[in-house]
Amino acid sequence: MSDSAAKPRPQFRNISPAEILSYRLPLPGKVSILHRASGALLFLCLPLVLLPLLAASLASPESFANIAAITGNPIVKLILLALIWGYLHHFCAGIRYLLLDLHRGIEKAQARKSAGVVLGVSLALTVVFGLKLFGAW
Amino acid sequence: MAVSKNYGAKRLVVGAHYGTMDFIAQRITAVILALYTIVLLVGILVMPGFTYESWKALFSFHVFALPLGQVLATLAFVSLCWHAWIGVRDIWMDYVGAMGVRLLLQVLTILWLVGSLAYFAQIIWRL
Repeated sequence: MSDSAAKPRPQFRNISPAEILSYRLPLPGKVSILHRASGALLFLCLPLVLLPLLAASLASPESFANIAAITGNPIVKLILLALIWGYLHHFCAGIRYLLLDLHRGIEKAQARKSAGVVLGVSLALTVVFGLKLFGAW
Repeated sequence: MAVSKNYGAKRLVVGAHYGTMDFIAQRITAVILALYTIVLLVGILVMPGFTYESWKALFSFHVFALPLGQVLATLAFVSLCWHAWIGVRDIWMDYVGAMGVRLLLQVLTILWLVGSLAYFAQIIWRL
């Protein structure tokens, strides 16, 4: 009783956009909101970026060869890097959610650990694909 | 829960199971998409070389007369649209309170996805 009176905890109810940055989410919460954000990103870019690229890659040998020229643009590269991360994060976090739905790893410590694994693996894979994208090999 | 007369004036219009179908559909389509991702990945890894011909074959290979490459790609894309519909609809339901705006956004989402599906079909089925 006296503890809560002495040190009021910050309360967040229906937080406004300005409060989002000061709201400290736990690790699984970060994975969750990034899952949603990456899904929305992929949804928006699907007919704007991804399908035009697929169309160009499949239309003819000439347009296939021309993909390298299109993705040579640094802005296109950055958009693709964001989409690569988005797909990898959504894929890894999605597998975690499927396992959670099967009641695998639902203990707090395990769930926290698997959230860290999802963040780490998807970022590491993004670095690998990113190095490929930026021509490291 | 057994409802003996679930129609007419006694039809159950609210309840705890109206989202279950969407929940299950989102998970099943997720599994289909994960499997198709792995199929594509394995296909790319076993390619003799990353050429136009082998990339094209990934989406247009035939097994006897069956255009299996196109069929698999189309099934995966329909799964993608269904999966994205549920996910994006949930975003609107969570963040957009005004019913008229939410309805408009949901209609635009459907048009966006059906348009994408048509675009995808045109890319894949002319190979």
